Amino acid sequence: MLLREVEYAKPGAVAEALQLLAANEGARALAGGQTLVNVMKARAASPDMLVDLNGLEELRGIELAGDGTLTIGAMTTYTELMRSAEAKARPILGEVCATIADVQVRNRGTIGGNVCSNDPTNHLPPLMVAIGARMTIAGADGEREVPAEDFFLGVYLTAVGPGELLTRISIPAGKKDGFAAVTLGAEGTCICNAAATVNGAVRIALGCVDAVPVVVTADSAGGVADAVRAANLTPPSDVHASSEYRTHLAAVLATRAAEEAAAR
Amino acid sequence: MEIAVTVNGQTYERDVEPRKLLIHFLRDDLDLTGSHIGCDTGNCGACSVIVDGVLLKSCMLLAVQANGTRIETVEGLSEDGELTRLQQAFNEHHALQCGYCTPGMLMSTTALLRENPSPSEDEIKKALQGNICRCTGYWNIVEAVKSVAK
Ligand SMILES: Cc1cc2nc3c(=O)[nH]c(=O)nc-3n(C[C@H](O)[C@H](O)[C@H](O)COP(=O)(O)OP(=O)(O)OC[C@H]3O[C@@H](n4cnc5c(N)ncnc54)[C@H](O)[C@@H]3O)c2cc1C
Ligand code: FES
Ligand code: FES
Repeated sequence: MLLREVEYAKPGAVAEALQLLAANEGARALAGGQTLVNVMKARAASPDMLVDLNGLEELRGIELAGDGTLTIGAMTTYTELMRSAEAKARPILGEVCATIADVQVRNRGTIGGNVCSNDPTNHLPPLMVAIGARMTIAGADGEREVPAEDFFLGVYLTAVGPGELLTRISIPAGKKDGFAAVTLGAEGTCICNAAATVNGAVRIALGCVDAVPVVVTADSAGGVADAVRAANLTPPSDVHASSEYRTHLAAVLATRAAEEAAAR
Repeated sequence: MEIAVTVNGQTYERDVEPRKLLIHFLRDDLDLTGSHIGCDTGNCGACSVIVDGVLLKSCMLLAVQANGTRIETVEGLSEDGELTRLQQAFNEHHALQCGYCTPGMLMSTTALLRENPSPSEDEIKKALQGNICRCTGYWNIVEAVKSVAK
């Protein structure tokens, strides 16, 4: 497919990228392109300028601090996360990334692009919310940190405003996590998914049931299904699942994820 | 925009519009029509190529993004007209019918075998998740890859 005419810039520093984004109203950041290029083919969006983030070393790398906190650059690909020795500090990260799409998409798609696109069927938004990730956003006025819970604002909408970039994600130490999904084909697009973390109580974030991940908490894995039912979800219906079926799946998957987390 | 890429060992310098996808650059500008366009949505893998050692779908990358890279396509697999062992195995195991998916299948399995010369059947299947074949039912493709796995 021929895309609409577009300008292209590949800055070498975050400051330069921010300037380009701020100075051009029609500019859009290009990360792995595994969503954006399709969006442009479909003319669902036609940016005037692409600011390619692939030259920004500042957005790469995975660091493990002494207290176990992981700091992951926004341009880290799923494949890099899966292979990273540091990222094993929070094993669920690599495990979930290994189930996203296929080798080619995992080689290009980035953790930053996944959360910034906030497609409600994506794997990482609920996972980031469940494990208490914190997102660092850079703009003209410097940096600010936003908890994952407040980062996702709507379908394809996040706290990253015009002229801003997500630069990195910090993730606290922890092992007791779980993730469960019903997908289109093995490891395909999620029809419904749930991420869980156990830290005393069980914290669940459900995907595909609303515009943003829905948080549900319970005292134990056994109480999760009732807690999900009490949330009175009204998920969308589509060709893959009715609203009622998604509601049912949400309780089942939340329980599976919680049991996996509790068993670790 | 002026770009320079090395494709299968040969360097090309071309002026390309930023909107041009890498697959169109390879096929239309360089006349390397081995890589195919099946879906143009990143789903089928027929356009898979290896860029700086990384397997990717060339319908999901702009040609300008490949500036300065080393690209491998299916045309570059054989040496001096000799098929690689993997290509021969595809032939012997009847791993293709119409052949449309084959360039992508070969690039994906080439990338797999480089990283993991002795993949299990499950690893082979997982490596081919991003490549769709409408003809073979995959069985013979997996058999072909198994036959060259160490
Ligand atoms: C065949 C196929 C199947 C897929 N299946 C799945 C799946 O099952 N689950 C899943 O989760 N995903 C899936 N994806 C999507 C894939 O994971 C994408 O890689 C991801 O959604 C977007 O990441 P990206 O790096 O490619 O971002 P891009 O496509 O480059 O960008 C996406 C959006 O985020 C913005 N953006 C990116 N990075 C930043 C940043 N640092 N700061 C500010 N804005 C930014 C861009 O401007 C753009 O609007 C699939 C993709 C394909 C092609
Ligand atoms: S044509 Fe690129 S993945 Fe189908
Ligand atoms: S041989 Fe026809 S699509 Fe695979």
